[in-house]
Amino acid sequence: MADLSVRVCGTDFKNPIIPASGVFGYGREYEELFPLDRLGGIATKGTTLHLRTGNLAPRIAETPSGMLNSVGLQNPGIDHFIETELPYLLTKDLVVLANIAGSTPDECAEVAAKLEATDVHMIELNISCPNVKQGGAAFGTSCEMAAEVTRRVRAVTKKPLVVKLSPNVTSIADIAKSVEAAGADAVSLINTLLGMRIDINTGRPVLRNNVGGMSGPAVFPIAVRMVWQVANAVSIPVIGMGGVSSGRDAIELMMAGASAVQVGAAIFTDSYAPVRIIEEMNEFLDSRGIGSVRDIIGTVKPW
Amino acid sequence: MKYTQGRYIITEKSAIAREVYSFTVSCPEVAAAACPGQFVHIRANGFTLRRPISICGIDREKGTLRIVFEIRGEGTAEIARLNKGDLIDMLAPLGHGFTVDNSFGKVVLVGGGIGTPPMLPLAKIYGEKAVAISGFRNASAVILQEDFRRTGAETILCTDDGSAGIHGFVTQPLKELAEKGGIDAVYACGPMPMLRGIAEICRENEIYCEISLEERMACGIGACLGCACRTVRNDEEYFAHVCKDGPVFKAEEVLW
Repeated sequence: MADLSVRVCGTDFKNPIIPASGVFGYGREYEELFPLDRLGGIATKGTTLHLRTGNLAPRIAETPSGMLNSVGLQNPGIDHFIETELPYLLTKDLVVLANIAGSTPDECAEVAAKLEATDVHMIELNISCPNVKQGGAAFGTSCEMAAEVTRRVRAVTKKPLVVKLSPNVTSIADIAKSVEAAGADAVSLINTLLGMRIDINTGRPVLRNNVGGMSGPAVFPIAVRMVWQVANAVSIPVIGMGGVSSGRDAIELMMAGASAVQVGAAIFTDSYAPVRIIEEMNEFLDSRGIGSVRDIIGTVKPW
Repeated sequence: MKYTQGRYIITEKSAIAREVYSFTVSCPEVAAAACPGQFVHIRANGFTLRRPISICGIDREKGTLRIVFEIRGEGTAEIARLNKGDLIDMLAPLGHGFTVDNSFGKVVLVGGGIGTPPMLPLAKIYGEKAVAISGFRNASAVILQEDFRRTGAETILCTDDGSAGIHGFVTQPLKELAEKGGIDAVYACGPMPMLRGIAEICRENEIYCEISLEERMACGIGACLGCACRTVRNDEEYFAHVCKDGPVFKAEEVLW
């Protein structure tokens, strides 16, 4: 049994696997299938200052080896999260990353400030949601805006601050450097890639929002490339995600430089994906005689 | 157990109409927990998203579920390639099903096309108290009529082109029954315009009505919020989710 524990900005995870924000709600639905304690952590549904109803349906489309979504940050608001969802999650033995978002830097800071008095373990600041008209990806696609929103949130929280980056940029390494300089303790990447499908029988986009975020196995090589580029560009930890669907994928992303790994769309294909991936990572490490998963982080030997 | 994910043996497979298949699946723990109106979320080999399919039969004694589905695209075509003896990967039973009330004296079950299968478990429960109205494009698309008759339910068949049964939509016989009176509840599943028409008839005649909706879905259990549906609850607009709050809704709750 290999040691799967990792430490990310001073927070200990018993294993590196974290269901990604958006696929897992606040955990309750999946607890019917497996104990949440098996997970290293949970990144909760992106939560804003006030309740958001999200976009009109259809919000989901299948794509080759992946999917599109345009949920649009539907969530019950930060007060509900703090009163109802967080206390429940804090009874579990796992790291809680509260994923937060806002339409303006002020709103992001206000949400983070409300979490400061709670026992939540980490904050994951979403500057990369492709499905909302204001804020969201707009923050994540310019170095100045990414740094500005990071600074505003940094000023109100002492909790470990993870900034979740958009892949829909020319140089994700430059964005990562900007948020590092603005006070981020870690970065997580990649959020979804902006995509679109059209129903050729009707001429209408499949998604009611016309465009949406693409995820699933199809984006995995892009995630590996971006994690590798960012890990080489910054000195803060990188949490990797994007199309991970097996233990081997998780190992590969960690070799590229990720200190922990989030699992998203794979959960829709196999509801047990996070726990299966943990088991598969352990099997791989044991088969290679590697004692600790920490020994593989960033060990890729580039040509 | 509320729901579970597992791989189960297909014990029977048959084609019951053009591109419409019936599977019987041996899954005792799912059959024991399943209720009319719920669905199963089936993995399609090689696809990221599962496909939600309504439950057409629940046999707790034999420990089996029956599902009937139509090939709508590549995912359902892949599922249709499974054969008797193969394993089918299901997350089930899911969703909020129909309200069954034994005090009801007469109910009408309305199914349109591939919305007909989820009506069959209700016919099994209500038996002679039920009138099952089914509508299809044409005679070659007709399914499950003998199954409905075996439950003791009265059956009324409609086709859009008149090639079998009544020439016209299911709303015509429903309207006649509703105006005659004595109906305690209407249950329906099918295309949105049909459901809307049924909801309107029930509203005018003050009949309790439940409808089963369909939406593109990802997780199937209420976590991802992909399958949104605009509804009204406690006089406030509420974005419900077809997978967890539904697929069955009170007709009066749905904002069309």
